[in-house]
Amino acid sequence: MTYDNENLKVVGTRPVRPDGADKVTGRANFGADFSMPQQLIGKVLRSPHPHARIVSIDTSKAEALPGVKAVMVGEDMIAMAHEMSQSGESAIDVHDLSLNVLARGKVLYDGHAVAAVAATSAVIADDALDLIDVTYDVLPHVSDVDEAMKPDAPVLHEDMFTAGMDEKPATASNIASRMEMALGDVEEGFKKADIVIERSYKTKAVHQGYIEPHAVVANFAEDGTATVWCSSQGHFAIRDLCAKLLGMDSSAIRVTPAEIGGGFGGKTTVYLEPLAIALSKKAGRPVKMTMTRAEVFRATGPTPATSLDVKIGVTNDGQIVAAEADFRFNAGAFKGSPVGAACMSAFTPYTLENVKVVGYDVVTNACKSGAYRAPGAPNGAFAVESALDELAHMLNMDPLDFRHQNGAEAGTKAVYGATFREIGCKDVLVAAKNHPHYKSNLGPNQGRGVASGFWFNIGGQSNAAVNVHEDGTVTVVEGNPDIGGTRAAMAMMAAEVLGIPFEKVQVVVADTASIGHTDVTGGSRVTFATGMAVTQAAEDVVRQLKERAAATMELDPEEVVWQDGVAHPTKGEAKPLSLADIAGDAARTGGIIVGRSSINAKGAGPSFATHICDVEVDPETGRIEILRYTAVQDVGKAIHPSYVEGQMQGGAVQGIGWALNEEYVYNEDGILENPGFLDYRMPVASDLPMIDTVLVEVANPSHPFGVRGVGEAPLVPPLAAVVNAIQDATGIRMTELPVSPVKMLEALEANQKQAAE
Amino acid sequence: MSKIHVSTTVNGDPVEFLCEPQQTLLDVLRDELQLTGSKEGCASGDCGACSIELDGRLVCSCLVLGAEAEGRDVETVESIAVGDTLHPVQAKILEHGALQCGYCTPGFVVAAKALLDRNPDPTETEVRYWLAGNLCRCTGYDKIVGAVLDAASEMRGETS
Amino acid sequence: MRFEVADTLEGAASLLAGEQGVAHVLAGGTDLLVQLRAGMVKPDLVVDIKHIEATRTISESDGAYTIGAAVAGAEMGEHPTLASDWPGVTEGAELIGSTQVQGRASMGGNLCNASPAADSVPALIAAGATCTVVGPGGTRDVAVADIPTGPGSNSLGQGEFVATINLPKKAANSSDAYLRMIPRTEMDIAIVGAAANVTLGDDGTIMAAKIVLGAVAPTAIEVPEAGAALVGTKADDDALAAVAAACEAAAKPISDKRGSADYRKKVSGVLAKRAAKIAFDRASGNA
Repeated sequence: MTYDNENLKVVGTRPVRPDGADKVTGRANFGADFSMPQQLIGKVLRSPHPHARIVSIDTSKAEALPGVKAVMVGEDMIAMAHEMSQSGESAIDVHDLSLNVLARGKVLYDGHAVAAVAATSAVIADDALDLIDVTYDVLPHVSDVDEAMKPDAPVLHEDMFTAGMDEKPATASNIASRMEMALGDVEEGFKKADIVIERSYKTKAVHQGYIEPHAVVANFAEDGTATVWCSSQGHFAIRDLCAKLLGMDSSAIRVTPAEIGGGFGGKTTVYLEPLAIALSKKAGRPVKMTMTRAEVFRATGPTPATSLDVKIGVTNDGQIVAAEADFRFNAGAFKGSPVGAACMSAFTPYTLENVKVVGYDVVTNACKSGAYRAPGAPNGAFAVESALDELAHMLNMDPLDFRHQNGAEAGTKAVYGATFREIGCKDVLVAAKNHPHYKSNLGPNQGRGVASGFWFNIGGQSNAAVNVHEDGTVTVVEGNPDIGGTRAAMAMMAAEVLGIPFEKVQVVVADTASIGHTDVTGGSRVTFATGMAVTQAAEDVVRQLKERAAATMELDPEEVVWQDGVAHPTKGEAKPLSLADIAGDAARTGGIIVGRSSINAKGAGPSFATHICDVEVDPETGRIEILRYTAVQDVGKAIHPSYVEGQMQGGAVQGIGWALNEEYVYNEDGILENPGFLDYRMPVASDLPMIDTVLVEVANPSHPFGVRGVGEAPLVPPLAAVVNAIQDATGIRMTELPVSPVKMLEALEANQKQAAE
Repeated sequence: MSKIHVSTTVNGDPVEFLCEPQQTLLDVLRDELQLTGSKEGCASGDCGACSIELDGRLVCSCLVLGAEAEGRDVETVESIAVGDTLHPVQAKILEHGALQCGYCTPGFVVAAKALLDRNPDPTETEVRYWLAGNLCRCTGYDKIVGAVLDAASEMRGETS
Repeated sequence: MRFEVADTLEGAASLLAGEQGVAHVLAGGTDLLVQLRAGMVKPDLVVDIKHIEATRTISESDGAYTIGAAVAGAEMGEHPTLASDWPGVTEGAELIGSTQVQGRASMGGNLCNASPAADSVPALIAAGATCTVVGPGGTRDVAVADIPTGPGSNSLGQGEFVATINLPKKAANSSDAYLRMIPRTEMDIAIVGAAANVTLGDDGTIMAAKIVLGAVAPTAIEVPEAGAALVGTKADDDALAAVAAACEAAAKPISDKRGSADYRKKVSGVLAKRAAKIAFDRASGNA
């Protein structure tokens, strides 16, 4: 770390973000706000069956409809071999991705894309879809993860032989892979335990719930290049995935990032983009495609439904001596659920000698799961933090003290192999315990729950340029779509390094042709990695400014110091020179000054969070109300505290929705029953109290300002915090999410019945 | 199918357009009039991202047919700032950092202004219930509610 | 699809009756446009009745109200006396959807759309409301309870539509209430709805009561045994327990993605007794 807290002038303040005026006036252009002249409207025909063979597709009537300019089906896409490609925080198999974009041979979920058309109007495009005749041979389907693992389950992929086994299985199954990681010896560990509990939990698929549906405008030109406008969490990922799927060079595709209306991991991959480009190529005109809300639910990437078993052993004095878990994740139609991350993170807030985690990635006839904010971790933490809560009660220990006693700290080795440097795990527990919320009183039918959580955060590749204009103002050019206020953070770090006011720095999120490859806005990486790149680019500028000043002052560069935007000579009588002075003179001294940085950032600092939740349960209706909520997190260094608080509040509320109300409801026929905001119930403003936040700052030594990623950890604790609060209020341990009023009342009545007997 | 000719007033200006009978006012604003500030989040009245005022009444433009705008008065988010001066609701949202992705923000701006035009001194609960039809997935609503209460306070002339 | 604006009640009836294909009335549009977008309805003709003054005004005469079928929920709440005379009817209408939906949604639409969970219907039935139906054959008054016939279907004939909803003059010392069970605080379709209308005698005892449940049968249902259990009481715990039991027994709900039948039965009793208590307190002047 280079910039210490004492002397910061910009970092840590709360200026208005550079893109703010456009966003409050409706002027900012999101994915669907852009149009190209002569554009066609593209639409997708989707499977009504959860599992079926495509016997034939007849598009002739659709092609003949006046106004239809292009029709495509799966055979028009390139047949891809299995190959892993980076997408967002994880790797994706491009063979699977291609089939998800447009089915070939089989449809694997209700909503799976089977054909696409481009026409001169939306009405004609819809009519064209109605004219496409698809003959299906409907197959038996399977929706539940545990059912899908049984030997007699319908098999989705003939070529799926469970990876990670000692011997490759003889028959295909729905189990894509098995993974295992361990430290020590859990068998021995359990022998030392005074109390051992084994518990099972279940969660349903939930969607990221971004308010902006996917949207793209693409134009394929006669020279084989394509221009794409779309909102995404990473236009470089979009470009490279489209290039792969369409057999094009990356340099032939130029993706301009629109503003993005939320992503949370769900927009790090492609759905419509390859189709829009391919349709444009066929039609010879630009094609605009947007998803309806129903399509977003049916055919994008919610986080998996999961089945979770944990076994934890403790001694009577509160020491966890062994911990074991078996996690089964429902990846949807194609492999690649975040079960691995769940295995790696579930027990990580604790220093454990003996731990073993086994995970299964299982496919079912549901839409292909995607990344959702700390993918996998909320599920694992739900199970572990619920079980730990039970143990704390059995031990008669305060749940925060219990966690603190076993808490991870510098030197702790995690099950996935990392050894921690300075982390804020215990600091966060202490801050939670000292918060007035924790000491406040509760009334009848009210309860309080706490839970902790961990997320790795990643570094990754970022590219930045800092352009110094002749008048001394500056533009930062970077490649991360701004989902949560990162333009402001970039401007603040650059301003701090350069020693100039925030208002003199503009930030541009450049397209794929105008800045070097930058990894996605995801993985809680932007303020860390791109911030590091921007800082280094600004430092590069400072180095050049000092050189130019030194030349003018007739000194060596080491004899010049940069202070508050001014070059001062450390000896001699030369006049100090401001950034504006040097910039205005740049042509004479060597040319325009540009700072650059291209990094693969290392040393991302993990984030630990502990949440406190108070609920009230209506004993006659089972309805649960959130009374009070406090989110405590180690944030490293809050560059712009308002946006850090915002991440914590937003993640907490997503977790509250996941715990209480949100779920994908697939019926017996494998059809999604609630593909809309009416029956996919996300929290509304009146459901919630203010969400208090405590920003604990344990600096990450690897970042010049001490930044840790903050965006994802907030979704990890809330599920268990809510469920633990319900336990405290009612005495009932709910193990299946969401805890709807219906489930709660059933449990309350069963409890009453039992108590009466 | 022939289009319907509509004469209406949008953001104070007389406007004419042609629309299909089943086109919603949201479709018309965005696709015919290039007023893309109102957003589509669901097209079913569940998210409020398309909020406008119709004859001074807060409504979802996705639940109004374009044809129904005939002779009416339509105000969209584009009319809320006056010249280069933001409305206090807009300014406070920026000051409080009460937006992250910004997609729901136009809807909240229109809805919050409609509230404060009617009720200059709402309680936190009243603000939350008034805004229950505006979904936000990024912020958890905390800072939005704080910004609206602060804007109300400023509009009442109370300095902070 | 064609779109027509009617200027008079007779004009609207004539347009609707004259349509060979499928014709729909457009009031607030908060159900129709959703169904249109989802492809659930494919009308050949949509008739906008909002330009007809009678459908858009609330008038009061000798304590009786005539509420235009296309009056928006928000407008009902803004009326100077409607909400205080009929708090249950008003809160039923005002619970539909969001503030934005409230700016358009009408009782006429809510009634004729005939969702079993319609929020405005139970309190209207408990109030003894009628509606004035206009059709090619003329005008007739129908009890609100007789309009919905099952989920999504109503008793109106070809060319008929509801022009106004009429509330009788409220009895002295009476009041009403409507409660619904939803998982969130707003925006949801009712899992259960319960309306109560009580009238007190001079001694403060209930002398007449009506309990009506929503979302627990194909249409809203009155539970006579529940109303009877309140008569002669001051809504004490025993009376309320009897109300709850009667409602649990009378409810015939289905299980669906929003709630199980068991849950709906149980909670119908809970909400009915809570609504009865609120109505009683309001009627006593203690609310």
